[in-house]
Amino acid sequence: MTSGLNLLLSAPLSARLGMLMVLLVLLAAIFAPVIAPYGETQIAGDVWLSGSAQHLLGTDNLGRDLFTRLLFGARNTIAIAFLITALSFLMGTLLGFLAATVSGWTDQLLSRIIDILMAFPTLIFALMILSVVGTSIPALVVVIALLDSTRVFRLSRAVAMDIEVMEFVEAARLRGEGLWWLMRHEILPNAMPPLVAEFGLRFCFVFLFIAALSFLGLGIQPPTADWGSMVRENAGAITFGIYTPLWPATAIAFLTVGVNLVVDWFLHLASGLED
Amino acid sequence: MQQWHFHPVVRLLAQRIGLGLLTLWVISLLIFVGIQLLPGDLADAVLGQSATPETVAAFRHELKLDLPPHIRYLHWLSGAVEGDFGRSLANQRPVAELIGWRFGNSLFLAGVTALIAVPLAVVLGLMAALYRNTLFDKLISTSTLSVISFPEFFVAYILIALFSVQLPFFPSIASITPDMGLGQKLYAVFLPCLTLALVVTAHMMRQTRAAIINILASAYIEMANLKGLKRMRIVVLHAFPNALSPVINVIALNLAYLVVGVVIVEVVFVYPGLGQLLVDSVAKRDIPVVQASGLIFATTYVLLNLLADILSILCNPRLRSPR
Amino acid sequence: MKRLQHLLKEGKMDRRQLLQAAAALGITASLDTTWLSGIARAGEAPKRGGRLRIGISGGSTTDALDPANTTDMMMQVFIYGALGNNLVEIDATGKPVPELAESWESSPDAKTWTFTLKKGVEFHNGKTMDSDDVIYSINHHRGANSKSGAKTIVKAITDIKKDGKNKVIFELENGNADLPFIMTDYHLVIGPKDVDFNTGIFTGGYKVENFEPGVRAYARRHPNYFKSDRAWFDEIELLGISDVNARTNALKTGQIDVMNRCELKAVHLLKRSKGLQVMQQNGYKHFTFAMRCDTAPFGNNDVRLALKYAIDREQMVKTILRGYGVVGNDHPIAPSNRYFASELPQRTYDPDKAKFHLKKAGMANSATFTLHTAEAAFVGAVDAGVLYREQAAKAGITIDVSREPNDGYWNNVWMKKPWCAVFWAGRPTEDLMFSTAYAKGGAWNDTFWDNARFNELLVQARSELDETKRRSMYVEMQRLVHDDGGAVVPMFSSDLSAASEKVGHGDLAVNAELDGFKAPERWWFKG
Repeated sequence: MTSGLNLLLSAPLSARLGMLMVLLVLLAAIFAPVIAPYGETQIAGDVWLSGSAQHLLGTDNLGRDLFTRLLFGARNTIAIAFLITALSFLMGTLLGFLAATVSGWTDQLLSRIIDILMAFPTLIFALMILSVVGTSIPALVVVIALLDSTRVFRLSRAVAMDIEVMEFVEAARLRGEGLWWLMRHEILPNAMPPLVAEFGLRFCFVFLFIAALSFLGLGIQPPTADWGSMVRENAGAITFGIYTPLWPATAIAFLTVGVNLVVDWFLHLASGLED
Repeated sequence: MQQWHFHPVVRLLAQRIGLGLLTLWVISLLIFVGIQLLPGDLADAVLGQSATPETVAAFRHELKLDLPPHIRYLHWLSGAVEGDFGRSLANQRPVAELIGWRFGNSLFLAGVTALIAVPLAVVLGLMAALYRNTLFDKLISTSTLSVISFPEFFVAYILIALFSVQLPFFPSIASITPDMGLGQKLYAVFLPCLTLALVVTAHMMRQTRAAIINILASAYIEMANLKGLKRMRIVVLHAFPNALSPVINVIALNLAYLVVGVVIVEVVFVYPGLGQLLVDSVAKRDIPVVQASGLIFATTYVLLNLLADILSILCNPRLRSPR
Repeated sequence: MKRLQHLLKEGKMDRRQLLQAAAALGITASLDTTWLSGIARAGEAPKRGGRLRIGISGGSTTDALDPANTTDMMMQVFIYGALGNNLVEIDATGKPVPELAESWESSPDAKTWTFTLKKGVEFHNGKTMDSDDVIYSINHHRGANSKSGAKTIVKAITDIKKDGKNKVIFELENGNADLPFIMTDYHLVIGPKDVDFNTGIFTGGYKVENFEPGVRAYARRHPNYFKSDRAWFDEIELLGISDVNARTNALKTGQIDVMNRCELKAVHLLKRSKGLQVMQQNGYKHFTFAMRCDTAPFGNNDVRLALKYAIDREQMVKTILRGYGVVGNDHPIAPSNRYFASELPQRTYDPDKAKFHLKKAGMANSATFTLHTAEAAFVGAVDAGVLYREQAAKAGITIDVSREPNDGYWNNVWMKKPWCAVFWAGRPTEDLMFSTAYAKGGAWNDTFWDNARFNELLVQARSELDETKRRSMYVEMQRLVHDDGGAVVPMFSSDLSAASEKVGHGDLAVNAELDGFKAPERWWFKG
């Protein structure tokens, strides 16, 4: 506990800034019902008003308060994105490491299955599945996590392959260490940096994927607020020089940058490089 | 028994091509089954709300949709093996004709974007790794991150608002026709290419940076450090070649994405690529077209991966010699 | 009179001169005033030339040039509005007027119809049109093997005969006073005998040059077009642009001249843009919430009435249509239809009456209904469902809104679930609308309504040639649907399109979007 605290204190300025940004978003998400001046789906004014005393950031495409929607959007978006990313990394890295460590037929089989999954365009794949099973949130989480895990699989397999041929793994193998031990103690720690970097990115890509789905008519069901769909719903305003849709997009960027500033620091720590 | 001795790379190549063909076959089967699972068929989809039971029945009969699925699949497969992808169920055009032009367009868009994005990403990644934790690094990181956190269609709308509506430099729709010259085409696709380049550069650049930093930490680089080699030299000559494997993989993934995953950019810029065709055909259950375009996408993907694998093996001295 | 109109169009006579001349001739009463005001508002006579570029939604890569397969805007405007002609067309006032037919007459029982064709009409391949071509084109949609969208419309035709080169005789199963209207259907475009319809050879003002399904449809003016006062452009280019923002951008940057289906929530912004005009048409398009009368609890008319009283139509129009539409009165006949029952009192939002009917049905305080909806049903259908739920809650009615996938909505939800949201393009005639969607055995009777009096009236009115009698029958039918039918009809939606100010047009026909799909044929560029 103390060592963790010490570590946090030793963090460089950029990482602290990142943590602050993430914390801010988390607080906004947790206290959304307290802070929000209006109800999540309440129609509070005219369409696409600009910022004023009544509406801090203006209103959206249906005349709902944008600031309120952003706060509630933080809740839904972060929870869903985190769930999806965690699930996809669990599946992806486990299988990826397995393929690299066991190699041979297991590797071939897994790689081919993943190849097949990946060879069909992700977005269209998701569209097809979701049109059959419907766009409930659990369905959305499982489908996106599954599709995302293919990319994680490839990356973790590639990284693990490089590590797998290193001398220390060879040595552990000769010592007669088991498969699980090898994956847990030799490969995982060494594969951590690129995986962590990927996690930070993937986390943010989930928002984008949801936004893309909503562009094509699927995605999270209205009137639930989520940042990706909010960008989509308001995007039309840009044509008329109204910059309302910039707010949800900025929110996504804010969180992305925050998460990745922290991730960069991890990456740096894990690499053990001195400056 | 005579043992054939091929160079390991050749053997690997043959093996991978075989596996690639297998993959394609499984995909064609999956697409076929997948579309069967979707509710309705072409007759319903094309007629939409105006479908009546008897029109639908007549339609089905004419398109042979009333035959059992396995017979239809075998029929399609035997045609495809001979290079005949059949005709679109919806408008009776030969699938090859329908797809050829659009696939060319998709490749053109992806190619132009890759020419900009790949060198840019690799150079930026190298520089960021070289000057890691400096202001330059942070600036590059933050700005690329901000760009990728905008959805594609949003980046597109902003670029259109800026460079097409406010400042009338470029067209907001990239409608290209077969009789356009290269210059005209490049002008037409400028905004979609810029959009895509912004989207993929950041991802590739970050992976490059991460991979190089990872290598820099390993033992032999420290050795090189001890030997007193110049930093730039270390990064470019020692770290980069060893970091190539993950970098190549990321590039391959992004290139595949540029060919197959740009439906949204196609929609926003009204660009006649293969993605839009695939989405429409899935919605209309036009199986021959979905099969053919699905296979083209899959082939592109398989080939790019094959290339990435071979390059990785050639780049990694340890992987090069068989164990 | 023809000559006067001609002079006016040529610009050799202004409106006042025309009126004076007409008055002098004593024919003011016969003047087609809507047509006149169209010309007058445009400010100048139509001019020839230019390339009209329409950015259009409703195109698909699966489109074809065969009118039998036409289902959406891009092909409707291209085939029906640019490449081809029908026997009859609908003018701006909603009346059937001669197109390829010169005139028509029917037997007193409205069972036998004789169409006399115009002479000297030339197809794009040079052939002159005669009765064989008409018979071939109509038969394209008939018969057991037809896969045409118009199959049910032409089903009533039992026989088509020719009487010389310029007369075609239709024999109908039962009398139908609306056959001229049926002939205006966008599927029934006339093509040359024994030529594949996918070649795009018709009689229209433009000749197809290049067609890339869903992407681009391009045609040039047909020099020997039989109408001298139509098809003003040299070239027509339709670009399939499905994203509404992309269409708006293209219009604002001048890459297209016309766009269809504007985004309702952005119309007020579009109106403010310089150099653009927004065009609103109040047509037959309406949305319904269809209850299956053959399924509990909707078999009870009190339940149906309760739900009809529990919807606030004014708010629906204001919120879902953003004011671009009119309230519905629980029947599918639009104010722009010929026999619209203006005397029928408008049903209003009345939670107390809803409660009353619910109580009568024995369902007070525990009523829960599931409304199935999707964006595919109509734009805003999900929002409309949510709004309806809030309105009905005040009458103690609980509505569960169930959002269904867009894909396959018409196969799996519509006409299957007991209560769902439905889009109706509407029909130019009461008979077509009622027999398709409200008659017993109608192909799309999505409320599964079976009302003996209604069904009887429908057959009677169909062959009634006396206008007054006919009108009273249709009014009674509207009342029946209003009081007893299974559809909640909250609103009729306007069509909104936008164009550059350079584009000139007369009064817009309301039977379909973009001037009854005929913008390429009827519009022009101002000088």
